Amino acid sequence: MWLLASLSEGASGNALDAVEGSVTLALSEEPPQLDSSRATDTVSSQILGHVMEGLLRYDEFNRIVPGVAERWEIGATKATFWLRDDAFWSDGTRVTAHDFVFAWQTALDPQTASEYAFILYPIKNAEAINSGQLDTEVLGATALNDTTLLVRLERPVAYFDSLLVFPTYFPIKRSFHNEHQGRYGADASDLLYNGPFVIEKWIHGSQLRMVRNPHYWDRDRIRLNIIDYAYITSDVNATLNLFKDRKIAIAGLNSENLDDALQRHWKLERFNEGCVGYISFNHRSSRLTRNRHLRRALQLAMDTNELVYKVIAMPGNLPGISFFPVWLQGIENQFRQEFPAPETQVDVARARGYLAQAKKELGLDEWTSLTFLTGDRATTNKISEYLQQEFKEKLGLDIKIDRQIFKQRLAKMSSGDFDMVLAGWCPDYADPLTFGDLFASWNKNNRGEYSNPELDHWVRIAQNSLEPATRMYAFSQIQKIIHFDAVILPTYESGSVFVRDPRLKGVVKRAVGMDSDFSSAYIDG
Amino acid sequence: MANSRTNRHDYVRYAIKRLIQGVITVWLIATATFFAMHNVPGDPLLDEKAVSPEIRKNLQAKYGLDRPLLEQYGIYLANMIGGDFGISYAQENRSVNDIIREHFPVSAILGILSIVFAGLGGILFGALTAINRNRLPDIVIMFLVILGISVPSFVFAALGQMTLVNVNALLGTSILPVAGWGTVSHMIMPSLILGLGTMAFLTRLMRSSMLEIDNADYLRTAISKGLPPTRIFLRHQLRNAILPVITVLGPSIAAITTGGFVVELVFAIPGLGRYFVQAVQQSDYTVIMGTTVFYGAFLVLMVIVVDLLYGLVDPRVRLD
Amino acid sequence: MEVTFSFERTRAISRTEVTTRPSLSYWQDAWRRFKVNPRSLISLYIVATLGLFTLVGPWVWTIDPTLQDLDQISVPPGADRRARVVGPHVRWEMDETNNAIPQTLSATQLAVIGEATTQAVRLAWNPVVGASGYRVYRGIAEPASPDALGLPLIDIVNAKLTRFEDRLDLKSRTYFYSVIALSSAGFELGGYATLDVEVTRVITANEAIARGLSERRGPSLIGETVYLDLHPLGTDYLGRDMLARLMHGARVSLFIGIVAPFLYVFVGILYGSIAGFVAGRWDQLMMRFADFVVALPFLLFMILFKIVFNTEPGESGISAMLLAMILLSWPATARLVRGQILQIREEAYIGASRLLGAGSMYLILRHMIPNTMGVILVTLTFAVPGAIFTEAFLSFIGMGVAPPNPSWGSMCNEGIKTMLTAPHELVFPAVFISLTVLVFNLLGDGLRDALDTRMRSAN
Repeated sequence: MWLLASLSEGASGNALDAVEGSVTLALSEEPPQLDSSRATDTVSSQILGHVMEGLLRYDEFNRIVPGVAERWEIGATKATFWLRDDAFWSDGTRVTAHDFVFAWQTALDPQTASEYAFILYPIKNAEAINSGQLDTEVLGATALNDTTLLVRLERPVAYFDSLLVFPTYFPIKRSFHNEHQGRYGADASDLLYNGPFVIEKWIHGSQLRMVRNPHYWDRDRIRLNIIDYAYITSDVNATLNLFKDRKIAIAGLNSENLDDALQRHWKLERFNEGCVGYISFNHRSSRLTRNRHLRRALQLAMDTNELVYKVIAMPGNLPGISFFPVWLQGIENQFRQEFPAPETQVDVARARGYLAQAKKELGLDEWTSLTFLTGDRATTNKISEYLQQEFKEKLGLDIKIDRQIFKQRLAKMSSGDFDMVLAGWCPDYADPLTFGDLFASWNKNNRGEYSNPELDHWVRIAQNSLEPATRMYAFSQIQKIIHFDAVILPTYESGSVFVRDPRLKGVVKRAVGMDSDFSSAYIDG
Repeated sequence: MANSRTNRHDYVRYAIKRLIQGVITVWLIATATFFAMHNVPGDPLLDEKAVSPEIRKNLQAKYGLDRPLLEQYGIYLANMIGGDFGISYAQENRSVNDIIREHFPVSAILGILSIVFAGLGGILFGALTAINRNRLPDIVIMFLVILGISVPSFVFAALGQMTLVNVNALLGTSILPVAGWGTVSHMIMPSLILGLGTMAFLTRLMRSSMLEIDNADYLRTAISKGLPPTRIFLRHQLRNAILPVITVLGPSIAAITTGGFVVELVFAIPGLGRYFVQAVQQSDYTVIMGTTVFYGAFLVLMVIVVDLLYGLVDPRVRLD
Repeated sequence: MEVTFSFERTRAISRTEVTTRPSLSYWQDAWRRFKVNPRSLISLYIVATLGLFTLVGPWVWTIDPTLQDLDQISVPPGADRRARVVGPHVRWEMDETNNAIPQTLSATQLAVIGEATTQAVRLAWNPVVGASGYRVYRGIAEPASPDALGLPLIDIVNAKLTRFEDRLDLKSRTYFYSVIALSSAGFELGGYATLDVEVTRVITANEAIARGLSERRGPSLIGETVYLDLHPLGTDYLGRDMLARLMHGARVSLFIGIVAPFLYVFVGILYGSIAGFVAGRWDQLMMRFADFVVALPFLLFMILFKIVFNTEPGESGISAMLLAMILLSWPATARLVRGQILQIREEAYIGASRLLGAGSMYLILRHMIPNTMGVILVTLTFAVPGAIFTEAFLSFIGMGVAPPNPSWGSMCNEGIKTMLTAPHELVFPAVFISLTVLVFNLLGDGLRDALDTRMRSAN
């Protein structure tokens, strides 16, 4: 029985073993499943990025380089990929273009109900297939032969190459998938691997251990032999204790245990995670927050500097200025350098003026209370309580905090049962469009139901154009609209601080794709 | 009025009767949970990233969530009797049976070990305080007991882990692992911490129970008969005082096994408690139902065992 | 021989017995013994103190528990409160030609521009040859090695920008800033410059006026030293006064912590004594129902109650929570009491009492329940902190007190996170909860000693 077997071995081992070439880490959550066509969360992406590979991949300098595809050509209407002939699955068979076609068809199949099917929509007929109007066979992706993949595009997509790195685009071998029908991705033996590592052991809730994949075509590049996620817990203090006990090589820090870390003279590192936190408004006609002046009043009364620097006090966070985070690339340099975001200083007097205007426009005698929907996380509690008090002191508004746990909060967001909600958005791919199209009126994730034809117009331009200058200009216009219409109020751009065993080098952290890439990591000393 | 001890035949009949009642109780638990669950907003198909209405409809049809509630209930009941608790919504591709089978033993081991610590400690310390009433051991232990119940378990878990880290660092070697699961040494710290609250409770209970019988007639008789103190303790004091402790023990096992959530989190233990709490947060219908029914059955079984023990320990108690 | 007997006429003695005081009933006797018990006395004093704290406290200590003193976040009691008044923060125009560094600075040195205050610390340094960017670190001690420079604050990817303004969580202490050059690939080049900076606490003029910290207005206010608000027990993670929060939290926590346990223990006693007394089939039925209630998933049903009661967000759903806790928590007591009753009903004195003609009600109330007092009191003692922490747990998910209203349990929840750096946030609410538990313990002990029938004559 597995229980007895694991009793003898246990999650032992040191953080780093130079001889074995192994590194031990902790995972924050159990990956729900590792079916690349359906994976949605960061943990699954983290694992899948190490055990599988798509047509393209990111290298240690975050450039897009060949993966399974040796070379490619991306045009306005179609893209062609020539696959290498030495890319193998972990069962020894070759990775072929058919595997990609099958994977994409499966992801778009409405029966699969993949949440990330939308990322395949640039492919011809993809959206129609996903809504059940067409059969999966007519997907605009064809395997001309085993090593040539032809993709017909629905419309020109400037950032198509950055999409191909996403797990939903990874290949799946048809015969293997059918053999493990219903259980594909459920366990280590229910997966076929074509990436730098394979999963050797997966004890649910307890351990996930990856070892070097001898069949990987670029195996000489990989310097680690074993990546062992020997602990699975979301408790930050627990992982820090494991790090102190030298059982794991990396641990995240928060503002509460920072001083302790500083006193131990550890090497700390900072990383811009790339996500944006914001207050989302309900723009439905039944809500007070549909009024622009009310939103502007709140915007002018909120001091994001104080919020980020004093209240959240997490190193790595930046005050929220724009919905587009700083790391996004523009035409040549960073987007926010080329198109600085409009900023407003905190101006309580002007805010009160807007508030009075809003009151008149809404025809109210007295302000009723506004509902502020939040989750049950600690940071959101802090932020919401701080803002509640600030708005009360500065504007005299009564904000009621509505704390809900996960699914109930989602249910309320879907049904529009809120005035304000504390939300966040993380990038799916490395292009400003992943943020830019969120408030388009057709976007299902636009839970506040904001609808502005002008914004929609700019989104369409950004979607369909291939010209960087045109697209970036469109994004700058979207940025302006979001600010002056106070569609949402950015609160902060997320960052993290962590501590790493200094002997572990070459770990690459990314805002998109894998959280931490160990494929070029090595142990020094 | 009072019968002499029940004979073995009655005992077995009683046990069977209890088991049948247990099955009915579990059925009631399942029903109540099912309807409660479906009346709480939020369903397992909602997620941060919205899906199109067609896909959502497909999903609902696939899981049978679009059928009338009574029909869903009937289907679920039929499956349950066949032993099939369905597949987890949150951990797609894992059957609830697998989840319970893989994670319950972990929680059970943790729970039983905690109860052993709590029970032994409780009885021992409780007796100590009662015997040394109002003297130093009594005051010290009672102070610790009060601390033990006033301070929530997550504080102890965090403090315990921190202390362990410091001790390991001081000694230069890992005497006990700081977190994780797999060997016997992994079990010691978490079960100690998990058992603290119950130990405090049992200490108190034992103490109060022993003080009560202090003045009992049979005790005075035994002392005046000149029996040795150990014999008095074991034969008379312990046996009579322990009854409330046993009463609490049964449900305590169940409570500790379900409530080990915090300890499981802090010590990275793959127990069922974590899955259960997550299931409620994620409205994971099948896991909620599966774990509730399973725990319900477990609890009912524990209660039956305790009641049967009652009859053994105190022959005066009628089982009926 | 003649014997003479002298008999005296016996006098009728009216009283052979002297009653020095009237005969006491059971309850009167209990009360007498309770009063002289030292434990009870101590507990009564503590009860009185807690009562004063809760009821009178807010009238005496009038700081608003929701007021956020953001210049004093998570300060321990007795911290220094002096601050200088400054103007509002002005954005620093960091163009490269401005803010020239004093010429006396050597090539590897770092300098502070202007004054280093908790509002901002502005750093400047000379450009390093071959650098494509810079990384600024901040530590709390002299760096021991290039690997231990402290917290990385920012990566500057522009070789010409040799300025940085730090505003992150600045406290009044000494920081050690280090700047290290970066290569084009983002790797750290050797050599770094460190500067120790003493940071002064400041407060903006607007804030000082808004909080009434000074009589002055206008320009003369700038530069004046004021004293920030006094917080005798420190502040929490949003700068709110701990003492005020403890006082206001007391009301909720003590209400829930006392009323809920009393009620559900009462229900439990009622249920358990009836079940234990009647035994037989009804007992079985009642106990099965108790098992049923215990096995229900607590969290799920709490959410259900919350919905049934339709608590508006922001309203404290105390009554809903109270009812839910009572409905779900009585079985434990019931089972314990029933167990005791089952034992007691076989005792000889019960039989004797019955023979004397005692009715069932009398038996239960006068004989059985007092003998289960020990168990009941222990349960009560443990129910109190349990209720307080259940309330804290539930407020986390949206039941119980709505933010920003405090309760001791939720203060503990929050305090656990800052246990290492600001222990006072956890210790104070925990102490109060411990006091409450202690009170119930001592009271319980005193009560049991007083009510214990066997000790009646032993006194």
